[in-house]
Amino acid sequence: MLTLHCPYCGVAADETDLHAGGQAHLKREGPDASDDAFEDYLFMRENPKGVHFERWRHVYGCGKWFYAARCTATLEVFGTYPAQTTEPPQDIRDKITAKRPGWAWGAFK
Amino acid sequence: MKPPAAGCRFHAGAYVVKCKERDADSILLALHRVQIGCERVTDQTGNRGPMKRYSAFAIAREALRQHTGWGRAWAARTPRRKYDVVIVGAGGHGLATAYYLGRNFGITNVAILEKGWLGGGNTGRNTTIIRSNYLQDPSAAIYEKSRSLYETMSQDLNYNVMFSPRGVIMLAQTQAEVRGYKRTAHANALQGVTTEWIGPDRVKELCPIMNIDGPRYPVLGGLYQARGGTARHDAVAWGYARACSDMGMDVIQQCEVTGVRQTGGKVVGVTTTKGDIDCDKLGLVVAGHSGVLAQMAGFRLPIESVALQALVSEPIKPCMDIVVMANTVHGYMSQSDKGEMVIGGGTDGYNNYTQRGSFHHIEETVRALVETFPMISRLKMLRQWGGIVDVTGDRSPILSKTPVDGVFVNCGWGTGGFKAIPGSGWAMAELMAKGQSPLTDEFSMFRFREGKFIDESVAAGVAH
Ligand SMILES: Cc1cc2nc3c(=O)[nH]c(=O)nc-3n(C[C@H](O)[C@H](O)[C@H](O)COP(=O)(O)OP(=O)(O)OC[C@H]3O[C@@H](n4cnc5c(N)ncnc54)[C@H](O)[C@@H]3O)c2cc1C
Ligand SMILES: [Zn+2]
Repeated sequence: MLTLHCPYCGVAADETDLHAGGQAHLKREGPDASDDAFEDYLFMRENPKGVHFERWRHVYGCGKWFYAARCTATLEVFGTYPAQTTEPPQDIRDKITAKRPGWAWGAFK
Repeated sequence: MKPPAAGCRFHAGAYVVKCKERDADSILLALHRVQIGCERVTDQTGNRGPMKRYSAFAIAREALRQHTGWGRAWAARTPRRKYDVVIVGAGGHGLATAYYLGRNFGITNVAILEKGWLGGGNTGRNTTIIRSNYLQDPSAAIYEKSRSLYETMSQDLNYNVMFSPRGVIMLAQTQAEVRGYKRTAHANALQGVTTEWIGPDRVKELCPIMNIDGPRYPVLGGLYQARGGTARHDAVAWGYARACSDMGMDVIQQCEVTGVRQTGGKVVGVTTTKGDIDCDKLGLVVAGHSGVLAQMAGFRLPIESVALQALVSEPIKPCMDIVVMANTVHGYMSQSDKGEMVIGGGTDGYNNYTQRGSFHHIEETVRALVETFPMISRLKMLRQWGGIVDVTGDRSPILSKTPVDGVFVNCGWGTGGFKAIPGSGWAMAELMAKGQSPLTDEFSMFRFREGKFIDESVAAGVAH
């Protein structure tokens, strides 16, 4: 079973305590956005075989949303971090780089 | 086996079948086998030999000679430098696309490239439910086309795919489902798809092992499609591969596509683990890996790849001759010809490429089914496995042109594309050959942008 560390309450939460919330760091578009940007935001998704960033909710715990960096090819978890950010923090990026040199995801490297 | 006769044309590397010579050839071939005791003509080096028909007569003939005369069903080939069409992915959809390119459009200079083995993806991992009782018109059109092609597939391919139209019931266990399935039954009537709404007594009659008075979710009725059923999944892949090989197409296993080459926005070929291969048209038919291939070609898809699991029990005596799907509780079950109870459930909630799902989903599925089928509570489960399914936002597939000229995608079948294999191949071949098909028009990858969803998620819940 997938186990993620909740960055708020600090517990190692089992997958059954969590709710998967899909791709992280979506750039939200407003009414004045172009059709392309809006389509991208609403429907297109990163679907990499490798490094991936996701939203998760500690639903049967503290109830808060957080982010996780995982590898979809091995199920390895690189780390989790609070949701009050628009991009993965440097320490998480460094951890990923140590294990997956040259990784890229959306606009992040 | 004696060494091949010198100068024997059945053993010459460059031997190519011409269709009109085939009948004469099979007589010569039979003589040839008798003369030198040759076991096979289409050998590992990729010699092309005529396909022999399977029949009761062939079985009798082979029984008399210790089964020494069976040829390989399809040839193992090494890729050529260039093809008119390259299909990536030798699952059911890729192979069916190639088959109908040849059969309906005479396009046979085709290679089907597979990174693993034939049908080793979801085609060989699914629970083989076949039905066409979808809600939306475009879905009904392609799924019913598909179901009807399954009716004659064994004859068309001369390969027993064990299509068994034993009937499929989708149980209604909540009032919302009752309304939903009645609506689907009415929609199906308008679409010309034969289904009916049946009450709980009829459900019990069709499937006596079911407990219809469950404490949590009593059975309130069901949507019944009498000509739905199951088929042998591997055989579907093998039958198409054999037919493609026989048309002169190259089915190449252990050949992973690693890049899509293009010039000026048009595809010119692919790079693979067996070298570069050029093509005029490229079909990406790789299910869970669609996102990966799209990335190679430089575009994105509205698809996420997640694990879906299934399991089978120890074999038991025949007890259930119908397929039952219980969508509220996320479980479905049928009995295979071997006697195993074949069980499937819902997908995991997160992206995954490992073909391994979370255990608690299996637990949930079995827990739910035990309530409806109390007799399975003491069954031992034999095997469990997972596949990576390609899920779109509206739970409908994508059969489409792409932003790259000459590149087409057939994907997004998600948890329910086995039933669609022949219809999808038929439609995709037309799209690739002619640039347009009435069956694929609505399934464009650009429909999301226009808000033209083909929303089956509400109707189906679980869409196997
Ligand atoms: C557990 C489970 C149960 C299911 N139950 C049902 C059911 O009851 N009824 C139903 O209708 N559907 C069901 N499905 C869905 C169905 O299995 C799929 O929709 C269908 O088989 C997809 O076929 P395909 O040919 O598109 O994909 P696949 O069979 O997955 O074939 C794609 C192929 O592409 C190959 N590939 C990937 N990347 C590359 C590359 N780079 N180069 C070369 N080759 C590559 C893969 O190795 C694979 O063989 C189920 C699926 C699962 C996993
Ligand atoms: Zn928490």
